[in-house]
Amino acid sequence: MTQIQTVIDAVGLGALYALMAVGIALVFGVMRLVNFAYGQLIMFGAYALAFTNSLPEGVSILVCLAVVVALSLAMGVAFIPLRRASPATMLVATFAISFLLQSIALLSYSYRNKPIGDPALVLSGLNKAFTIGSVHVRWITLVLIGTAAVCLAALALLLERTDIGLQIRAAAADFQTARLLGVQAGRVIAFAFLVSGVLAAIVAVLFVVQTPFVTPDYGLKETIIVLVAVVVGGIDRLTTATLGGFAIGFATGLFGGFLPGQGPEQGSFPFTTRVYLDSVIFLLVILVLLLRPGGLFARRGGPVERV
Amino acid sequence: MAEPALDVEGLEVRYGAVAAVRGLNIQVQTGEIVGLIGPNGAGKSTTLHAIMGAVPVRHGDIRLAGRSIRGKKPESITRSGVSLVPEGRRIFAEFTVEENIRLGLVGRRSQAGIATDLEWVYELFPVVHRYAGRPAGTLSGGEQQQLAIARALVARPDVLLLDEPSLGLAPQVVDTVFQVLRQIRECGVTVLLVEQRAQRTVAFADRTYVMSNGEIRMTLAPADAGDTDRIVAAYFA
Repeated sequence: MTQIQTVIDAVGLGALYALMAVGIALVFGVMRLVNFAYGQLIMFGAYALAFTNSLPEGVSILVCLAVVVALSLAMGVAFIPLRRASPATMLVATFAISFLLQSIALLSYSYRNKPIGDPALVLSGLNKAFTIGSVHVRWITLVLIGTAAVCLAALALLLERTDIGLQIRAAAADFQTARLLGVQAGRVIAFAFLVSGVLAAIVAVLFVVQTPFVTPDYGLKETIIVLVAVVVGGIDRLTTATLGGFAIGFATGLFGGFLPGQGPEQGSFPFTTRVYLDSVIFLLVILVLLLRPGGLFARRGGPVERV
Repeated sequence: MAEPALDVEGLEVRYGAVAAVRGLNIQVQTGEIVGLIGPNGAGKSTTLHAIMGAVPVRHGDIRLAGRSIRGKKPESITRSGVSLVPEGRRIFAEFTVEENIRLGLVGRRSQAGIATDLEWVYELFPVVHRYAGRPAGTLSGGEQQQLAIARALVARPDVLLLDEPSLGLAPQVVDTVFQVLRQIRECGVTVLLVEQRAQRTVAFADRTYVMSNGEIRMTLAPADAGDTDRIVAAYFA
Protein backbone atom coordinates (compact mmCIF):
# COMPACT_ATOMS: atom_id res chain seq x y z
CA MET A 1 0.00 0.00 0.00
CA THR A 2 2.91 2.35 0.62
CA GLN A 3 3.70 1.85 -3.07
CA ILE A 4 0.37 3.40 -4.05
CA GLN A 5 1.00 6.28 -1.68
CA THR A 6 4.44 6.84 -3.17
CA VAL A 7 3.01 6.83 -6.69
CA ILE A 8 0.32 9.37 -5.78
CA ASP A 9 2.90 11.66 -4.16
CA ALA A 10 5.16 11.23 -7.19
CA VAL A 11 2.32 12.27 -9.51
CA GLY A 12 1.82 15.34 -7.29
CA LEU A 13 5.48 16.33 -7.56
CA GLY A 14 5.38 15.64 -11.30
CA ALA A 15 2.37 17.95 -11.61
CA LEU A 16 4.18 20.76 -9.77
CA TYR A 17 7.29 20.41 -11.93
CA ALA A 18 5.16 20.21 -15.08
CA LEU A 19 3.57 23.57 -14.19
CA MET A 20 7.01 25.12 -13.68
CA ALA A 21 8.28 23.55 -16.90
CA VAL A 22 5.45 24.90 -19.03
CA GLY A 23 6.00 28.41 -17.68
CA ILE A 24 9.70 28.26 -18.55
CA ALA A 25 9.11 26.69 -21.98
CA LEU A 26 6.44 29.22 -22.93
CA VAL A 27 8.91 32.09 -22.55
CA PHE A 28 11.63 30.06 -24.23
CA GLY A 29 9.32 29.50 -27.19
CA VAL A 30 8.85 33.16 -28.07
CA MET A 31 12.16 34.58 -26.79
CA ARG A 32 14.61 31.67 -27.17
CA LEU A 33 15.49 32.62 -23.62
CA VAL A 34 16.12 30.16 -20.79
CA ASN A 35 14.88 32.20 -17.87
CA PHE A 36 17.04 31.20 -14.94
CA ALA A 37 15.29 33.88 -12.87
CA TYR A 38 12.02 31.91 -12.96
CA GLY A 39 12.78 30.57 -9.47
CA GLN A 40 12.94 34.10 -8.08
CA LEU A 41 9.41 34.72 -9.36
CA ILE A 42 8.33 31.85 -7.15
CA MET A 43 10.45 33.15 -4.26
CA PHE A 44 8.94 36.65 -4.48
CA GLY A 45 5.48 35.10 -4.70
CA ALA A 46 6.19 33.04 -1.59
CA TYR A 47 7.38 36.14 0.28
CA ALA A 48 4.27 37.99 -0.84
CA LEU A 49 2.26 35.20 0.80
CA ALA A 50 4.41 35.18 3.95
CA PHE A 51 4.09 38.94 4.41
CA THR A 52 0.32 38.88 4.01
CA ASN A 53 -0.46 36.16 6.57
CA SER A 54 -2.69 38.58 8.44
CA LEU A 55 -4.92 39.17 5.40
CA PRO A 56 -7.73 36.85 4.30
CA GLU A 57 -6.35 33.95 2.24
CA GLY A 58 -8.03 35.06 -0.98
CA VAL A 59 -6.54 38.54 -0.71
CA SER A 60 -3.15 37.10 0.15
CA ILE A 61 -3.23 34.92 -2.98
CA LEU A 62 -4.28 37.92 -5.11
CA VAL A 63 -1.36 39.95 -3.73
CA CYS A 64 0.97 37.05 -4.61
CA LEU A 65 -0.50 36.93 -8.13
CA ALA A 66 -0.11 40.68 -8.61
CA VAL A 67 3.50 40.71 -7.35
CA VAL A 68 4.61 37.75 -9.46
CA VAL A 69 2.85 38.87 -12.64
CA ALA A 70 4.24 42.41 -12.29
CA LEU A 71 7.74 41.02 -11.74
CA SER A 72 7.39 38.63 -14.69
CA LEU A 73 6.26 41.46 -17.00
CA ALA A 74 9.16 43.61 -15.75
CA MET A 75 11.52 40.75 -16.65
CA GLY A 76 9.94 40.65 -20.10
CA VAL A 77 10.58 44.35 -20.57
CA ALA A 78 14.16 43.92 -19.35
CA PHE A 79 14.82 41.07 -21.78
CA ILE A 80 13.27 42.63 -24.89
CA PRO A 81 16.38 44.67 -25.82
CA LEU A 82 18.40 41.43 -25.59
CA ARG A 83 16.18 39.56 -28.02
CA ARG A 84 18.74 39.62 -30.80
CA ALA A 85 21.67 38.88 -28.49
CA SER A 86 23.36 35.48 -28.45
CA PRO A 87 21.81 32.78 -26.25
CA ALA A 88 24.85 32.96 -23.97
CA THR A 89 24.36 36.69 -23.40
CA MET A 90 20.70 36.17 -22.62
CA LEU A 91 21.43 33.32 -20.22
CA VAL A 92 24.03 35.41 -18.38
CA ALA A 93 21.52 38.27 -18.20
CA THR A 94 18.94 35.98 -16.59
CA PHE A 95 21.62 34.85 -14.10
CA ALA A 96 22.26 38.50 -13.29
CA ILE A 97 18.57 39.18 -12.69
CA SER A 98 18.28 35.99 -10.67
CA PHE A 99 21.19 36.96 -8.38
CA LEU A 100 19.94 40.53 -8.11
CA LEU A 101 16.54 39.36 -6.90
CA GLN A 102 18.11 36.84 -4.51
CA SER A 103 20.37 39.53 -3.10
CA ILE A 104 17.43 41.84 -2.54
CA ALA A 105 15.69 39.06 -0.64
CA LEU A 106 18.87 38.23 1.27
CA LEU A 107 19.37 41.85 2.38
CA SER A 108 15.91 42.09 3.83
CA TYR A 109 16.24 38.55 5.26
CA SER A 110 19.40 39.20 7.30
CA TYR A 111 17.92 42.47 8.45
CA ARG A 112 14.83 40.74 9.83
CA ASN A 113 16.78 37.95 11.57
CA LYS A 114 14.56 34.96 10.77
CA PRO A 115 16.94 31.99 10.84
CA ILE A 116 14.53 29.41 9.43
CA GLY A 117 12.70 31.77 7.11
CA ASP A 118 9.36 33.54 7.13
CA PRO A 119 6.42 31.19 7.50
CA ALA A 120 3.62 31.52 4.95
CA LEU A 121 0.42 30.11 6.35
CA VAL A 122 -1.87 30.33 3.34
CA LEU A 123 -4.05 27.22 2.73
CA SER A 124 -2.03 25.30 5.34
CA GLY A 125 -5.14 23.23 6.10
CA LEU A 126 -4.52 21.38 2.84
CA ASN A 127 -1.64 19.55 4.52
CA LYS A 128 -4.15 17.38 6.36
CA ALA A 129 -4.43 13.86 5.02
CA PHE A 130 -7.38 11.65 4.35
CA THR A 131 -7.23 7.88 4.38
CA ILE A 132 -8.52 5.33 1.92
CA GLY A 133 -7.79 1.87 3.26
CA SER A 134 -4.23 2.17 4.48
CA VAL A 135 -3.25 4.90 2.00
CA HIS A 136 -2.83 8.39 3.42
CA VAL A 137 -3.19 11.16 0.88
CA ARG A 138 -2.70 14.81 1.73
CA TRP A 139 -5.31 17.13 0.26
CA ILE A 140 -2.58 19.32 -1.22
CA THR A 141 -1.47 16.42 -3.43
CA LEU A 142 -4.94 16.19 -4.93
CA VAL A 143 -5.18 19.98 -5.24
CA LEU A 144 -1.79 19.98 -6.96
CA ILE A 145 -2.77 17.34 -9.50
CA GLY A 146 -6.16 18.98 -10.10
CA THR A 147 -4.72 22.49 -10.46
CA ALA A 148 -2.00 21.33 -12.82
CA ALA A 149 -4.54 19.48 -14.97
CA VAL A 150 -6.85 22.52 -15.11
CA CYS A 151 -3.99 24.95 -15.82
CA LEU A 152 -2.48 22.80 -18.55
CA ALA A 153 -5.88 22.23 -20.16
CA ALA A 154 -6.66 25.96 -20.01
CA LEU A 155 -3.29 26.79 -21.52
CA ALA A 156 -3.81 24.24 -24.29
CA LEU A 157 -7.21 25.78 -25.07
CA LEU A 158 -5.73 29.28 -25.02
CA LEU A 159 -2.96 28.31 -27.42
CA GLU A 160 -5.10 26.18 -29.73
CA ARG A 161 -8.37 28.08 -29.83
CA THR A 162 -7.63 31.79 -29.51
CA ASP A 163 -6.03 34.26 -31.91
CA ILE A 164 -3.38 35.37 -29.42
CA GLY A 165 -2.61 31.68 -28.82
CA LEU A 166 -2.16 31.10 -32.54
CA GLN A 167 0.12 34.14 -32.71
CA ILE A 168 2.21 32.88 -29.79
CA ARG A 169 2.60 29.50 -31.47
CA ALA A 170 3.52 31.20 -34.74
CA ALA A 171 6.09 33.40 -32.99
CA ALA A 172 7.55 30.33 -31.31
CA ALA A 173 7.77 28.46 -34.63
CA ASP A 174 9.20 31.30 -36.77
CA PHE A 175 9.27 34.76 -35.22
CA GLN A 176 10.51 36.56 -38.33
CA THR A 177 7.75 35.22 -40.58
CA ALA A 178 5.15 35.84 -37.88
CA ARG A 179 6.19 39.51 -37.71
CA LEU A 180 6.08 39.80 -41.49
CA LEU A 181 2.48 38.62 -41.29
CA GLY A 182 1.68 41.37 -38.79
CA VAL A 183 2.09 39.55 -35.46
CA GLN A 184 3.15 42.23 -32.97
CA ALA A 185 6.36 41.12 -31.30
CA GLY A 186 5.92 43.17 -28.13
CA ARG A 187 2.38 41.99 -27.58
CA VAL A 188 3.22 38.31 -27.99
CA ILE A 189 6.24 38.55 -25.69
CA ALA A 190 4.27 40.43 -23.03
CA PHE A 191 1.52 37.84 -23.20
CA ALA A 192 4.00 34.96 -22.82
CA PHE A 193 5.54 36.61 -19.75
CA LEU A 194 2.07 37.33 -18.37
CA VAL A 195 0.96 33.70 -18.64
CA SER A 196 4.34 32.51 -17.36
CA GLY A 197 3.91 34.85 -14.37
CA VAL A 198 0.41 33.60 -13.60
CA LEU A 199 1.74 30.03 -13.64
CA ALA A 200 4.64 31.01 -11.36
CA ALA A 201 2.19 32.57 -8.89
CA ILE A 202 0.11 29.39 -8.86
CA VAL A 203 3.26 27.34 -8.30
CA ALA A 204 4.26 29.69 -5.45
CA VAL A 205 0.93 29.14 -3.66
CA LEU A 206 1.02 25.35 -4.10
CA PHE A 207 4.67 25.15 -3.11
CA VAL A 208 4.22 27.29 -0.01
CA VAL A 209 1.53 24.96 1.29
CA GLN A 210 4.02 22.09 1.26
CA THR A 211 7.14 24.06 2.23
CA PRO A 212 5.93 26.99 4.33
CA PHE A 213 9.21 28.54 5.46
CA VAL A 214 10.28 31.08 2.87
CA THR A 215 13.99 31.88 2.48
CA PRO A 216 15.91 33.86 -0.17
CA ASP A 217 16.89 30.64 -1.97
CA TYR A 218 13.28 29.47 -2.02
CA GLY A 219 12.43 27.48 -5.15
CA LEU A 220 15.98 27.74 -6.46
CA LYS A 221 16.84 24.05 -6.31
CA GLU A 222 13.50 23.08 -7.84
CA THR A 223 14.01 25.58 -10.65
CA ILE A 224 17.40 24.12 -11.50
CA ILE A 225 15.91 20.63 -11.58
CA VAL A 226 13.03 21.83 -13.76
CA LEU A 227 15.40 23.65 -16.13
CA VAL A 228 17.24 20.36 -16.55
CA ALA A 229 13.91 18.55 -16.93
CA VAL A 230 12.78 20.92 -19.65
CA VAL A 231 15.96 20.25 -21.63
CA VAL A 232 15.60 16.51 -21.06
CA GLY A 233 12.02 16.58 -22.33
CA GLY A 234 12.80 18.82 -25.31
CA ILE A 235 12.74 22.57 -24.70
CA ASP A 236 11.53 23.66 -28.12
CA ARG A 237 8.05 22.25 -27.66
CA LEU A 238 5.64 23.04 -24.86
CA THR A 239 4.34 19.48 -24.70
CA THR A 240 7.74 17.81 -24.53
CA ALA A 241 9.05 20.36 -22.03
CA THR A 242 5.99 19.83 -19.83
CA LEU A 243 6.34 16.06 -20.09
CA GLY A 244 10.02 16.47 -19.15
CA GLY A 245 8.99 18.39 -16.04
CA PHE A 246 6.43 15.79 -15.13
CA ALA A 247 8.85 12.91 -15.78
CA ILE A 248 11.58 14.33 -13.54
CA GLY A 249 9.10 15.19 -10.80
CA PHE A 250 7.53 11.76 -11.01
CA ALA A 251 10.92 10.01 -11.03
CA THR A 252 12.09 12.10 -8.07
CA GLY A 253 8.96 11.24 -6.13
CA LEU A 254 9.23 7.57 -7.00
CA PHE A 255 12.90 7.14 -6.17
CA GLY A 256 12.47 9.30 -3.08
CA GLY A 257 9.90 6.81 -1.86
CA PHE A 258 11.79 3.65 -2.74
CA LEU A 259 15.43 4.49 -2.07
CA PRO A 260 16.80 3.67 1.38
CA GLY A 261 16.04 6.26 4.03
CA GLN A 262 18.35 7.84 6.59
CA GLY A 263 21.63 5.94 6.54
CA PRO A 264 23.51 6.41 9.82
CA GLU A 265 21.25 4.41 12.13
CA GLN A 266 21.43 1.40 9.80
CA GLY A 267 25.13 1.28 9.20
CA SER A 268 28.15 2.93 7.84
CA PHE A 269 26.82 5.21 5.05
CA PRO A 270 26.31 8.74 6.34
CA PHE A 271 24.00 9.53 3.43
CA THR A 272 20.45 10.75 3.34
CA THR A 273 17.90 9.75 0.72
CA ARG A 274 18.37 13.12 -0.93
CA VAL A 275 21.97 12.38 -1.86
CA TYR A 276 21.07 9.10 -3.52
CA LEU A 277 18.12 10.78 -5.13
CA ASP A 278 19.96 13.58 -6.89
CA SER A 279 22.65 11.14 -8.03
CA VAL A 280 20.09 8.77 -9.50
CA ILE A 281 18.07 11.55 -11.16
CA PHE A 282 21.06 13.26 -12.73
CA LEU A 283 22.51 9.90 -13.81
CA LEU A 284 19.23 9.31 -15.64
CA VAL A 285 19.44 12.80 -17.14
CA ILE A 286 22.95 12.11 -18.46
CA LEU A 287 21.81 8.80 -19.93
CA VAL A 288 18.83 10.42 -21.64
CA LEU A 289 20.92 13.24 -23.10
CA LEU A 290 23.50 10.73 -24.36
CA LEU A 291 20.88 8.54 -26.00
CA ARG A 292 18.42 11.24 -27.15
CA PRO A 293 20.20 14.59 -27.30
CA GLY A 294 17.16 16.24 -28.91
CA GLY A 295 15.10 15.48 -25.83
CA LEU A 296 13.38 12.43 -24.40
CA PHE A 297 10.07 13.17 -26.12
CA ALA A 298 11.39 14.81 -29.30
CA ARG A 299 10.11 13.44 -32.58
CA ARG A 300 12.50 11.63 -34.81
CA GLY A 301 13.38 13.07 -38.22
CA GLY A 302 13.44 16.67 -39.35
CA PRO A 303 11.04 18.64 -41.53
CA VAL A 304 10.52 17.42 -45.07
CA GLU A 305 11.14 19.74 -48.02
CA ARG A 306 8.19 19.56 -50.39
CA VAL A 307 8.31 20.26 -54.11
CA MET B 1 -0.15 61.94 -61.76
CA ALA B 2 -1.12 59.95 -58.68
CA GLU B 3 1.57 58.89 -56.20
CA PRO B 4 3.00 55.44 -57.06
CA ALA B 5 1.64 52.59 -54.95
CA LEU B 6 5.23 51.77 -54.05
CA ASP B 7 8.11 54.19 -54.43
CA VAL B 8 11.64 53.15 -53.52
CA GLU B 9 14.02 56.06 -53.77
CA GLY B 10 17.81 55.95 -53.45
CA LEU B 11 17.64 52.82 -51.25
CA GLU B 12 20.90 51.72 -49.69
CA VAL B 13 21.24 48.63 -47.49
CA ARG B 14 24.50 47.46 -45.97
CA TYR B 15 25.48 44.23 -44.28
CA GLY B 16 28.44 45.44 -42.24
CA ALA B 17 30.88 46.97 -44.69
CA VAL B 18 29.25 45.35 -47.71
CA ALA B 19 26.65 47.33 -49.64
CA ALA B 20 23.93 44.88 -50.69
CA VAL B 21 21.72 47.52 -52.32
CA ARG B 22 23.14 50.78 -53.66
CA GLY B 23 21.02 53.78 -54.58
CA LEU B 24 18.10 51.74 -55.86
CA ASN B 25 15.09 53.46 -57.45
CA ILE B 26 11.92 51.50 -58.17
CA GLN B 27 8.44 52.80 -58.83
CA VAL B 28 5.37 50.60 -59.05
CA GLN B 29 2.13 52.28 -60.09
CA THR B 30 -1.20 51.10 -58.71
CA GLY B 31 -2.35 47.94 -60.47
CA GLU B 32 1.01 47.29 -62.13
CA ILE B 33 3.03 44.10 -62.03
CA VAL B 34 6.71 44.93 -61.93
CA GLY B 35 9.41 42.28 -62.17
CA LEU B 36 12.80 42.37 -60.49
CA ILE B 37 15.30 39.88 -61.85
CA GLY B 38 19.03 39.41 -61.58
CA PRO B 39 21.72 36.93 -60.59
CA ASN B 40 22.06 35.45 -57.11
CA GLY B 41 23.37 37.99 -54.65
CA ALA B 42 22.20 40.94 -56.74
CA GLY B 43 20.24 42.31 -53.78
CA LYS B 44 16.70 41.41 -54.89
CA SER B 45 15.60 39.70 -51.69
CA THR B 46 17.39 42.33 -49.62
CA THR B 47 15.34 44.98 -51.40
CA LEU B 48 12.11 43.19 -50.47
CA HIS B 49 13.26 42.76 -46.89
CA ALA B 50 14.17 46.44 -46.70
CA ILE B 51 10.69 47.38 -47.93
CA MET B 52 9.21 45.13 -45.22
CA GLY B 53 11.39 46.70 -42.52
CA ALA B 54 13.13 43.39 -41.82
CA VAL B 55 16.60 44.84 -42.56
CA PRO B 56 17.66 48.39 -41.68
CA VAL B 57 17.74 51.02 -44.44
CA ARG B 58 20.97 53.00 -44.52
CA HIS B 59 19.92 55.71 -46.96
CA GLY B 60 16.96 56.58 -49.11
CA ASP B 61 13.24 56.31 -48.59
CA ILE B 62 10.39 53.88 -49.17
CA ARG B 63 6.92 55.34 -49.67
CA LEU B 64 3.52 53.73 -49.94
CA ALA B 65 1.15 55.99 -51.89
CA GLY B 66 3.32 58.92 -50.84
CA ARG B 67 3.69 58.03 -47.15
CA SER B 68 7.13 57.02 -45.90
CA ILE B 69 7.40 53.63 -44.17
CA ARG B 70 11.14 53.81 -43.62
CA GLY B 71 12.18 52.72 -40.14
CA LYS B 72 8.85 51.12 -39.26
CA LYS B 73 8.67 47.63 -37.79
CA PRO B 74 7.67 44.72 -40.08
CA GLU B 75 4.38 44.28 -38.25
CA SER B 76 3.37 47.91 -38.79
CA ILE B 77 4.46 47.86 -42.43
CA THR B 78 2.19 44.87 -43.00
CA ARG B 79 -0.57 46.90 -41.41
CA SER B 80 0.24 49.78 -43.78
CA GLY B 81 -0.80 47.59 -46.72
CA VAL B 82 2.21 45.58 -47.92
CA SER B 83 2.38 41.80 -47.81
CA LEU B 84 5.36 39.60 -48.57
CA VAL B 85 5.29 36.07 -49.91
CA PRO B 86 8.72 35.10 -48.60
CA GLU B 87 11.33 33.04 -50.37
CA GLY B 88 10.92 29.36 -49.57
CA ARG B 89 7.24 30.00 -48.70
CA ARG B 90 7.83 30.00 -44.94
CA ILE B 91 4.45 28.49 -44.21
CA PHE B 92 3.89 27.07 -40.73
CA ALA B 93 4.22 23.41 -41.61
CA GLU B 94 2.83 22.05 -38.35
CA PHE B 95 -0.19 24.34 -38.34
CA THR B 96 -3.28 23.53 -40.34
CA VAL B 97 -3.88 25.27 -43.65
CA GLU B 98 -6.72 27.18 -42.01
CA GLU B 99 -4.46 28.37 -39.16
CA ASN B 100 -1.94 29.64 -41.71
CA ILE B 101 -4.73 31.64 -43.34
CA ARG B 102 -5.84 32.97 -39.94
CA LEU B 103 -2.29 34.22 -39.38
CA GLY B 104 -2.55 36.05 -42.69
CA LEU B 105 -5.60 37.87 -41.31
CA VAL B 106 -3.52 39.33 -38.46
CA GLY B 107 -2.01 41.96 -40.76
CA ARG B 108 -5.33 43.36 -41.98
CA ARG B 109 -6.02 47.04 -41.57
CA SER B 110 -9.73 46.50 -41.20
CA GLN B 111 -11.67 43.63 -39.72
CA ALA B 112 -14.58 44.40 -42.03
CA GLY B 113 -15.12 42.24 -45.10
CA ILE B 114 -13.13 39.23 -43.92
CA ALA B 115 -15.77 36.78 -45.16
CA THR B 116 -15.82 38.29 -48.66
CA ASP B 117 -12.03 38.30 -48.87
CA LEU B 118 -11.80 34.69 -47.73
CA GLU B 119 -14.34 33.75 -50.38
CA TRP B 120 -12.26 35.58 -53.00
CA VAL B 121 -9.04 33.86 -51.91
CA TYR B 122 -10.70 30.43 -51.75
CA GLU B 123 -11.97 31.00 -55.28
CA LEU B 124 -8.44 31.84 -56.43
CA PHE B 125 -6.98 28.87 -54.56
CA PRO B 126 -9.57 26.09 -54.23
CA VAL B 127 -6.86 23.83 -52.84
CA VAL B 128 -6.49 26.07 -49.77
CA HIS B 129 -10.17 25.66 -49.03
CA ARG B 130 -10.21 21.94 -49.78
CA TYR B 131 -7.33 21.12 -47.44
CA ALA B 132 -8.26 23.63 -44.71
CA GLY B 133 -7.99 21.10 -41.90
CA ARG B 134 -4.74 19.45 -42.99
CA PRO B 135 -1.32 20.24 -41.58
CA ALA B 136 0.23 22.66 -44.09
CA GLY B 137 3.43 20.60 -44.21
CA THR B 138 1.59 17.71 -45.86
CA LEU B 139 0.71 19.82 -48.92
CA SER B 140 2.82 19.53 -52.08
CA GLY B 141 5.31 22.28 -52.86
CA GLY B 142 3.00 23.95 -55.36
CA GLU B 143 0.08 23.80 -52.96
CA GLN B 144 2.25 25.28 -50.21
CA GLN B 145 3.19 28.12 -52.54
CA GLN B 146 -0.48 28.77 -53.23
CA LEU B 147 -1.09 28.77 -49.50
CA ALA B 148 1.74 31.27 -48.98
CA ILE B 149 0.22 33.59 -51.61
CA ALA B 150 -3.29 33.12 -50.20
CA ARG B 151 -1.99 33.90 -46.71
CA ALA B 152 -0.50 37.15 -47.99
CA LEU B 153 -3.65 38.08 -49.91
CA VAL B 154 -6.11 37.69 -47.02
CA ALA B 155 -4.35 40.64 -45.37
CA ARG B 156 -5.82 42.62 -48.31
CA PRO B 157 -2.59 44.39 -49.22
CA ASP B 158 -2.37 47.29 -51.67
CA VAL B 159 1.06 46.00 -52.65
CA LEU B 160 2.04 42.34 -52.85
CA LEU B 161 5.74 41.44 -52.82
CA LEU B 162 6.71 37.97 -54.02
CA ASP B 163 10.18 36.54 -53.47
CA GLU B 164 10.91 33.82 -56.04
CA PRO B 165 7.52 32.11 -55.88
CA SER B 166 8.54 29.55 -58.52
CA LEU B 167 11.71 28.47 -56.71
CA GLY B 168 12.05 24.72 -56.35
CA LEU B 169 8.78 23.91 -58.07
CA ALA B 170 8.19 21.44 -60.90
CA PRO B 171 7.64 23.08 -64.34
CA GLN B 172 3.89 22.44 -64.44
CA VAL B 173 3.53 23.85 -60.96
CA VAL B 174 5.40 26.98 -62.05
CA ASP B 175 2.73 27.41 -64.74
CA THR B 176 0.05 27.27 -62.05
CA VAL B 177 1.85 29.92 -59.99
CA PHE B 178 2.12 32.33 -62.93
CA GLN B 179 -1.50 31.68 -63.81
CA VAL B 180 -2.47 32.61 -60.27
CA LEU B 181 -0.38 35.79 -60.48
CA ARG B 182 -2.26 36.70 -63.65
CA GLN B 183 -5.54 36.31 -61.80
CA ILE B 184 -4.26 38.45 -58.94
CA ARG B 185 -3.32 41.17 -61.41
CA GLU B 186 -6.86 41.08 -62.75
CA CYS B 187 -8.08 41.83 -59.24
CA GLY B 188 -6.08 45.06 -59.29
CA VAL B 189 -3.47 44.17 -56.66
CA THR B 190 -0.13 45.92 -57.25
CA VAL B 191 2.67 43.38 -57.50
CA LEU B 192 6.46 43.50 -57.22
CA LEU B 193 7.74 40.12 -58.34
CA VAL B 194 11.29 38.96 -57.66
CA GLU B 195 12.15 35.98 -59.85
CA GLN B 196 15.01 33.89 -61.18
CA ARG B 197 13.10 32.90 -64.31
CA ALA B 198 14.19 35.91 -66.33
CA GLN B 199 12.48 35.45 -69.69
CA ARG B 200 9.23 34.39 -68.21
CA THR B 201 9.14 37.34 -65.83
CA VAL B 202 10.02 39.86 -68.54
CA ALA B 203 7.20 38.51 -70.72
CA PHE B 204 4.76 38.50 -67.83
CA ALA B 205 5.35 41.81 -66.04
CA ASP B 206 4.45 45.30 -67.24
CA ARG B 207 8.07 46.26 -66.68
CA THR B 208 11.06 44.34 -65.39
CA TYR B 209 14.10 45.78 -63.69
CA VAL B 210 17.34 43.86 -64.02
CA MET B 211 19.40 44.15 -60.87
CA SER B 212 23.05 43.31 -60.45
CA ASN B 213 25.51 44.12 -57.69
CA GLY B 214 22.90 46.06 -55.75
CA GLU B 215 21.96 48.36 -58.62
CA ILE B 216 19.38 48.52 -61.41
CA ARG B 217 21.24 47.87 -64.67
CA MET B 218 18.39 47.88 -67.15
CA THR B 219 14.63 48.13 -67.51
CA LEU B 220 12.94 45.71 -69.88
CA ALA B 221 9.50 45.68 -71.49
CA PRO B 222 7.49 42.53 -72.31
CA ALA B 223 8.58 42.91 -75.92
CA ASP B 224 12.19 42.30 -74.83
CA ALA B 225 11.38 38.79 -73.57
CA GLY B 226 12.54 37.22 -76.83
CA ASP B 227 15.80 39.17 -76.81
CA THR B 228 17.91 36.72 -74.86
CA ASP B 229 21.12 38.52 -75.68
CA ARG B 230 19.88 41.68 -74.06
CA ILE B 231 18.78 39.90 -70.89
CA VAL B 232 22.09 38.04 -70.64
CA ALA B 233 24.00 41.26 -71.25
CA ALA B 234 22.03 42.96 -68.46
CA TYR B 235 22.89 40.13 -66.07
CA PHE B 236 26.60 40.52 -66.69
CA ALA B 237 26.63 44.29 -67.01
